[in-house]
Amino acid sequence: MTEQTLQVEILRYRPETDQDPAFQTYTVPYRDDWVILDALNHIKDNIDRTLSYRWSCHMAVCGSCGMMINGEPKLSCHAFLRDYYPNKVRIEPLANFPIERDLVAVTDDFMEKLESVKPYVIPKQERAVDDGPHLQTPAQLNAFKQYTMCINCLLCYAACPQYGLTPNFVGPAALALAHRYNLDTRDAGREQRQEIAASNEGVWDCTFVGECSQVCPKSVDPAAAIQQTKIASTIDWYKALLNPWGKR
Amino acid sequence: MAKSNKPIVWSLFAGGGMLSAFVTPVLIFITGLAVPLGLMSLDSLSYDRMLVLAQNPIAKIVLFAVIFLPLWHAAHRLLTTLHDLGLPKGRIAMTLCYGAAALGSIAAAVVLLRI
Amino acid sequence: MSRKPYLRKMPKSWWLAQRRYTSYMAREMSCVFIGAYSVLIVLGLYRLSQGRAEYGAFLEALQSPPSLVFHAAALVFALIHTVSWFSLAPKAMPLQIGEKKLSGGPVVLAHYAVWVVVSAGVLLVARI
Repeated sequence: MTEQTLQVEILRYRPETDQDPAFQTYTVPYRDDWVILDALNHIKDNIDRTLSYRWSCHMAVCGSCGMMINGEPKLSCHAFLRDYYPNKVRIEPLANFPIERDLVAVTDDFMEKLESVKPYVIPKQERAVDDGPHLQTPAQLNAFKQYTMCINCLLCYAACPQYGLTPNFVGPAALALAHRYNLDTRDAGREQRQEIAASNEGVWDCTFVGECSQVCPKSVDPAAAIQQTKIASTIDWYKALLNPWGKR
Repeated sequence: MAKSNKPIVWSLFAGGGMLSAFVTPVLIFITGLAVPLGLMSLDSLSYDRMLVLAQNPIAKIVLFAVIFLPLWHAAHRLLTTLHDLGLPKGRIAMTLCYGAAALGSIAAAVVLLRI
Repeated sequence: MSRKPYLRKMPKSWWLAQRRYTSYMAREMSCVFIGAYSVLIVLGLYRLSQGRAEYGAFLEALQSPPSLVFHAAALVFALIHTVSWFSLAPKAMPLQIGEKKLSGGPVVLAHYAVWVVVSAGVLLVARI
């Protein structure tokens, strides 16, 4: 019996020699328990050592192996060959990001945006260790828990046409994380985050395409976070209008 | 707080979207299809009836809301859609979209006040 | 080693590349019909203010084939708007009772219930 195989088409870009990226086709063995990442590792180990891509955990936790698989942003450790076999699979680096090399995307832009929304608890007053734990009820935790699941895999940015059209847009994951800390009862940093989240480049560039939530492997639902931020920011705006002497 | 005036247009967009989600289909059905096709009596939209309606102060306010909010909803969505289709998000597109909505709103107010 | 990141251009036809993007575009296009219909109501009221004959001509124009085609298309897009608006409503209004986050289903259903009542009310008033 001949071995079953699958053709994989990979967008290659070697900055030192290539002017433009181009597809290169590899033939890999087909196993029904293999994911795309297994196929890439097979190529790297047995066919072409020059292929570059990011990965670490192989279990949808680290968030580093996101790529476009047949045009859809997916974690390559989370996409089974059996869902594509026997058709050819096309693999490209995450859309909307510059290509560093082969399947490696340049993600600096996101890192800066993530930092800009201060994704950490900013307490009202500094707490000393002696103050003991900062208690929170399960209900308070559940109000924001889904947004804590983000693994910064950037599938949502690759799925977001508004980020592609307006690179200044802060984007889904960063805005969802801003919302996550705003909802945290231990946090008092909303005003600082609103400087970014409610600015022109913040939630207002979102047109609720909803793809960010569709492709999220962790069910974070950034579209919902952004929508809720729009509503809250609108209420802020009208409050400030009605009460211009109120506290800002 | 961050300074952005987007909440003005966004609240009109959201309010208009909500209102037209509820009322636009049935209104289009009555005025554009059911009455013209004879599924409903022409009396529904008769001159005398509509005049009485449009002269009622409360109905004037309702009619204005049904025109004004969906119009701004449409203008804002048109602006973002033109951007989606590749037009730059400039002052010109913004002036055209919001300007048209403002003109339509003024026209609606003037006509309603004059009836 | 110097870097040379490669920037890909987003094609103008991006919304045709995937079915979900295309249905998003259909939803967005509903604004053309909703806006045009608002203008049409203003026009109708203007004709009403002019007098019986002018308003009669407006009603007659509504019976013309182009008007019927426009309204049929407008109804389809208005329904796309309504359905998509309702389906996204739960994202804007998350509900939580105690520790439990509620699913969006009831919020969507409530919107449909109000829609049915409002539509039936408008139809009833129009018929009287």
